[in-house]
Amino acid sequence: MIVANRPHALTTTPTHYCPGCTHGIIHRLVAEAIDALGIEGRTIGIAPVGCSVLAYNYFNLDMTVAAHGRAPAVATGLKRANPETIVFTYQGDGDLASIGMAEAVHAAARNENITIIFVNNAVYGMTGGQMAPTSLPGQVTQTSPYGRDEALCGLPVKVCEMLAQLDGPAYIARVAANSVKNVRTAKKAIEKAFRNQVEGRGFSLVEVLSTCPTNWGMTPKDALAWVDQSMIPYYPLGVYKDKSTKEAD
Amino acid sequence: MAETVLMKGNEALAEAAILAGCRHYFGYPITPQTEIGAYLAKRMPQVGGVFLQAESEIAAIHMVYGASCAGKRAMTSSSSPGISLKSEGLSYLAGSDLPAFVVNVQRAGPGLGGIQPAQADYFQATRGGGHGDFRNIVLAPASVQEMADLTIRGFELADRYSMTAMILSDGTIGQMMEQVVLESATPTEYEKPWALTGTRCEREKNVITSLYLAPAELEQKNLSRFERYQIVQRVEATHEAYCMEDADICVVAYGISARVSKNAVAAARAKGIRAGLIRPITLWPFPTEALKQAAGSVKHFLSVEMSMGQMIQDIELAIRCTRPVSLVSRVGGIIPTPEQVLLAIEHANKGEAV
Repeated sequence: MIVANRPHALTTTPTHYCPGCTHGIIHRLVAEAIDALGIEGRTIGIAPVGCSVLAYNYFNLDMTVAAHGRAPAVATGLKRANPETIVFTYQGDGDLASIGMAEAVHAAARNENITIIFVNNAVYGMTGGQMAPTSLPGQVTQTSPYGRDEALCGLPVKVCEMLAQLDGPAYIARVAANSVKNVRTAKKAIEKAFRNQVEGRGFSLVEVLSTCPTNWGMTPKDALAWVDQSMIPYYPLGVYKDKSTKEAD
Repeated sequence: MAETVLMKGNEALAEAAILAGCRHYFGYPITPQTEIGAYLAKRMPQVGGVFLQAESEIAAIHMVYGASCAGKRAMTSSSSPGISLKSEGLSYLAGSDLPAFVVNVQRAGPGLGGIQPAQADYFQATRGGGHGDFRNIVLAPASVQEMADLTIRGFELADRYSMTAMILSDGTIGQMMEQVVLESATPTEYEKPWALTGTRCEREKNVITSLYLAPAELEQKNLSRFERYQIVQRVEATHEAYCMEDADICVVAYGISARVSKNAVAAARAKGIRAGLIRPITLWPFPTEALKQAAGSVKHFLSVEMSMGQMIQDIELAIRCTRPVSLVSRVGGIIPTPEQVLLAIEHANKGEAV
């Protein structure tokens, strides 16, 4: 009896991600959600600019790549042009919370019926570990070599808290991919974010706290612990907005 | 069925987009092209289309990218400063070989500049307007009628060659009212097997990207793109010739400058000066052959343009500098007068400095 298998929505291409990076887990969760909902044949993915720019090699889906930060705008165009398709973006923290903030906020405000998987690892990964809008206070990065200094560059952007203030979006949740327990919660949230779109509920964003052992200068194991010790206290996990439970109430 | 109506250039363009089968408009307000958005905000819902006011010009062009990925005819419109913002998207559209239709109703620059008409975005439009090697098909209407006709042609060219077709107009052509005949046409259906429609689990996945990390592969992409561009240059260059049969002085002008220049050429003819006009209708591809041919008998070329001298370089390139080419221009939102152009023709005819 097969109890676990590769989701059909994933290709067999080995990923290029570093050891200990959780992109692979998050890709799998997205693919499992697509399999569970039976929407592979009508799902279109949009890769960002960043470490996951090659995500189109790993999903068995029609896919494109957006310019840095523009994925929610590209998703809007795709979804409006063909509302029968299920459209998701997969974006990192530099992509979504810095250069693409306007596109993300306005797609949320319009309650665009799309799904966003927002992977937050508090650093620019692909370019070699620069400070991200989500880098923690005091965090040492290539461009904050003395630690992120509040006086110099302010404090991190909390995307879920910010977007939840808008009337538009249907579902905003933050999860983490650093433990079995957290991955299980993440799986449910991601599936819900896709189901919302299938049911026409509108904009759903799941922020997934992720690791970057390479640029954090940690072992994979220490990186998983750092998510627990440093990231989750600053970025509390939970559902920040859910219009469907409001309806249920 | 043809309908004759009195319309603004911008509105004629917008209605022609509907006739061309465009059902997806994404834009951001900017003067002097606002009538396009206003018109389509009313019209798109009537024809089951999408009008969406984007949060920025950048978002608008990337929404066009998305709709084009889906295989649909999509457009955006803006004016000079807004087109600068769209240059990122133009580059990605080109790198992904996607069709798109983009309108620039030019105003004076640089920077915020002014809101009066100009033709100072010629380089930006004809050289691609973004990073990397690419071109757009650039169409230059000189009347309200051409705002409509070139829009329909632009959508066809964009689909035929899988590239961006751009209308390079100006505040005058966009805002002025003229009689226009709007012909209902059946847009050509182009096969788009590359479109992102979902695999239906029946075919291999489609991927649309401009990313090629292997240099040899990326070089090949560029080379094959430019082979396509060569076909465009060979087949699609279009111009209007006026009084060119025996012309000694050839005025070259497009858009509103060409309207002014035509009057000046007629006035010169009335004075017995053998002047003529070549009006490029496509700015890219530039009507190089027509100019090369004219250089055989023309003594002096005049480039009339509302910029500090941009198109003049294409004229010099076309004729390989075998004849003198002089610039006649006004900038900052001022349109040259027929008198100014006539004076330049007279000077050139006497062999004097223009």
